[in-house]
Amino acid sequence: MSAFFGLIQSAIVYGTIIMFGALGETLTEKGGHLNLGVPGLVVMGGFAGFAAGFVYEKSTDSPSMFLLLLFSFLAALVFSALGGLIYCFLTVTLKANQNVTGLALTSFGVGVGLFGGAYLSKLYGVAGSAKAAVTGTLYTANLNSVLGWGIPGDLLLSYGFLTYLAVVLAVVMHLFLNKTRYGLNLKAIGENPATADAAGINVDKYKYLSTCIGAAICGLSGLCYVFQYGSGNWSTNNNMQALGWLAVALVIFSTWKPLNVIWGSYLFALLYWLYNYIGTIFEIKLTQIWTDILQMIPYVVTIIVLVVASVREKRESQPPSSLGLSYFREER
Amino acid sequence: MDKTAAVSLHDITKRFGSTVANDHVSMEIRKGEILSLLGENGSGKTTLMNMLSGIYFPDEGEIRIGGEPVTIRSPHDAFACGIGMIHQHFKLVDVFTAVENVVLGLDGPLKLDLKKAAAQIEEICARYGFKVDPWQKVYDMSVSQKQTLEIIKVLYRGARILILDEPTAVLTPQETDRLFAIIRAMRDDGKSIVIITHKLNEVLAVSDRVAILRRGAYLGCIETKDATEQILTEMMVGQKVELNIRRTEPRDLKKRLSVRGLTVVGPEGLDALEDVSFDAYGGEILGIAGISGSGQKQLLESIAGLQKVEPGSSIVYTAPEDEQERQLIGRTPLEIRELGVLLSFVPEDRLGMGLVGSMGMTGNMLLKTYGVGHQLFVKEEGAKKLAEEIMEQLAVVTPGINTPVRRLSGGNVQKVLVGREIAAKPAVLMTAYAVRGLDINTSYTIYNLLCEQKEKGTAVIYVGEDLDVLLALCDRILVLCGGRCNGILDARTATKEEIGLRMTKLQETDHE
Repeated sequence: MSAFFGLIQSAIVYGTIIMFGALGETLTEKGGHLNLGVPGLVVMGGFAGFAAGFVYEKSTDSPSMFLLLLFSFLAALVFSALGGLIYCFLTVTLKANQNVTGLALTSFGVGVGLFGGAYLSKLYGVAGSAKAAVTGTLYTANLNSVLGWGIPGDLLLSYGFLTYLAVVLAVVMHLFLNKTRYGLNLKAIGENPATADAAGINVDKYKYLSTCIGAAICGLSGLCYVFQYGSGNWSTNNNMQALGWLAVALVIFSTWKPLNVIWGSYLFALLYWLYNYIGTIFEIKLTQIWTDILQMIPYVVTIIVLVVASVREKRESQPPSSLGLSYFREER
Repeated sequence: MDKTAAVSLHDITKRFGSTVANDHVSMEIRKGEILSLLGENGSGKTTLMNMLSGIYFPDEGEIRIGGEPVTIRSPHDAFACGIGMIHQHFKLVDVFTAVENVVLGLDGPLKLDLKKAAAQIEEICARYGFKVDPWQKVYDMSVSQKQTLEIIKVLYRGARILILDEPTAVLTPQETDRLFAIIRAMRDDGKSIVIITHKLNEVLAVSDRVAILRRGAYLGCIETKDATEQILTEMMVGQKVELNIRRTEPRDLKKRLSVRGLTVVGPEGLDALEDVSFDAYGGEILGIAGISGSGQKQLLESIAGLQKVEPGSSIVYTAPEDEQERQLIGRTPLEIRELGVLLSFVPEDRLGMGLVGSMGMTGNMLLKTYGVGHQLFVKEEGAKKLAEEIMEQLAVVTPGINTPVRRLSGGNVQKVLVGREIAAKPAVLMTAYAVRGLDINTSYTIYNLLCEQKEKGTAVIYVGEDLDVLLALCDRILVLCGGRCNGILDARTATKEEIGLRMTKLQETDHE
């Protein structure tokens, strides 16, 4: 039984990482921009948050908890928003191809993050990977350690604040998109920018805002990875990037609905971690090949969802009509 | 009727590059009237109205609303002035409901109150007799419902002046009647309505006054009760202009193409072509006249094998070498070519359908001949030679035969395309708007090339928009009106008015 609870806990921690990325990308795609730079933005956000926490921790003997939190959180938001700004300038203003720009941003972001992390380690003479331990404790602090509610506490309250923030953010985004004037305007731009333009909506402004805010939210995904999942360890493996791709797939899986992103991200994470626990739960021994196959499931499920959504031809489950297309105002 | 002006335009001029779309237009739209804005294709009707709706900004002149000068820079400004335009292509979001489309882009509190908006929409519907469900999705709506929704959209924004751009183009006759009833109801409510159109019968049926534009200039305004179709047509098409095209008498006519009962259903579900029948002969130029969108595109594409046609249609091609008849219906362009049909097509969209913009002249020549020889590697020599010949004979101005054709001027692009199509020694040569956007000299080059082809015995089909050119260049002119063949006239005896009238109104008597 404890292995099963372990799986749930891992899934929720990991799912939060995916959820931020998917929510950010949902907002961007609703405005008609397919940003394939999510993995890059995740790494950029993770690196910036880590760097802020690490440098501040190193600069003083008694770091202020409030400032640590503020610096790392803001750094992640701002740095990944800047990545989004580069993407926007290229795709909105210069009308560059969105796929190419997004993929370039992924290479760029991952490169910047990995290089920066290694540089920081070297600068401060840390052997192996650098660690911002104090900041890590801030992001892993949870109510359960105070209240001690046993198993329900373990399952529901044992996570850092980012887990709850992600769920709140998803609900807020749902309300924004479906109940507010600005949400309606944004969706109209993603569907039919010419119509939105004729209705007097500032198309470029909305695209810039939705893409940059979306990018900032993607940055929180990296922050979550480094501090909540990694307890402040800067990691140099490719996991962060892989989760970024999983987030892009989840947007499709969720059929562009933030509320579906909540359960979808937990499901994806559950499937992702299944290999680690399935042996214990069912008392079988897994070979490497089964691990790989199990980890593949989220992507297979995404393809199935795409096929089903296309076959059913339900208009509400389709991607925004002008997703991936640059908008040129009609001129003769 | 109240005779005060709701909107007045003073000396409005709009240029696009070197072409003048509107030339010092001064006119007024009165309160509580239905004004028809009448003119041929490209006479500047839509451009003029787009300046009222904030799509374009005039280069010169002044717009006054209720006597006060205003500046309209965006659709937003136009709404603020009480002007709403219903475009020919609807501006609606398909996955939204009617009410969501109506409130789109409006200022107001953060939270959307769709229920309140829906109630207001129902109020508007009750007032003017519309039938629209505010909660219906746009993708479930018929064309006429979408149009009604567009009208509701501008009324909801408080428009007092409504501009409708060719509102009946996509409607059935019954729907048109219903639209006219709505328009009259709005007029009686004190709104000013402008209808952009070129259908004379509708002008006479619905409007109070008619304003006429010709080649960007305002010719004047007459009361509809004083107007007749003849007067309007004469004002619209103007005096005959003599052109110096060397037209020989057709001789040695041989039937090349025989079209019978051609029917095509357009994208809106209406007939784009209805029971069109005609013959095209080698040794003559057959002109095709009509308001734009009367089925010209579908007609040419049906012959080229690019268009799905309805059962019962027949297009028979007679080969010059053996006088054998071949049915073209149901075959793809490749199959048609493999049948040995010598068909050349100069489409309207030169860089879209005709040429590949990013390839040079040589590459574009290859498009027609790449299959010759069935070898693994493409042979470039022939294409290169042809490109050089065309460049020399037609005086194409280009840095080199490998310069992407997209970088050439419009006239040179057309020379490349026409040159290639003629080089294939066609038995039937179809051209769509072959001189659109070209200067006088290049236009004459094209006319002469077409005349030369005719003398060589090719059946030339020339779809055009300038009536003077059609009359001077062609031997016979087929007039299309709303997808129907509205008579085939002898170009040597026909008058401009006659064609203009047939373009805008179906003839009851001699229609086959």
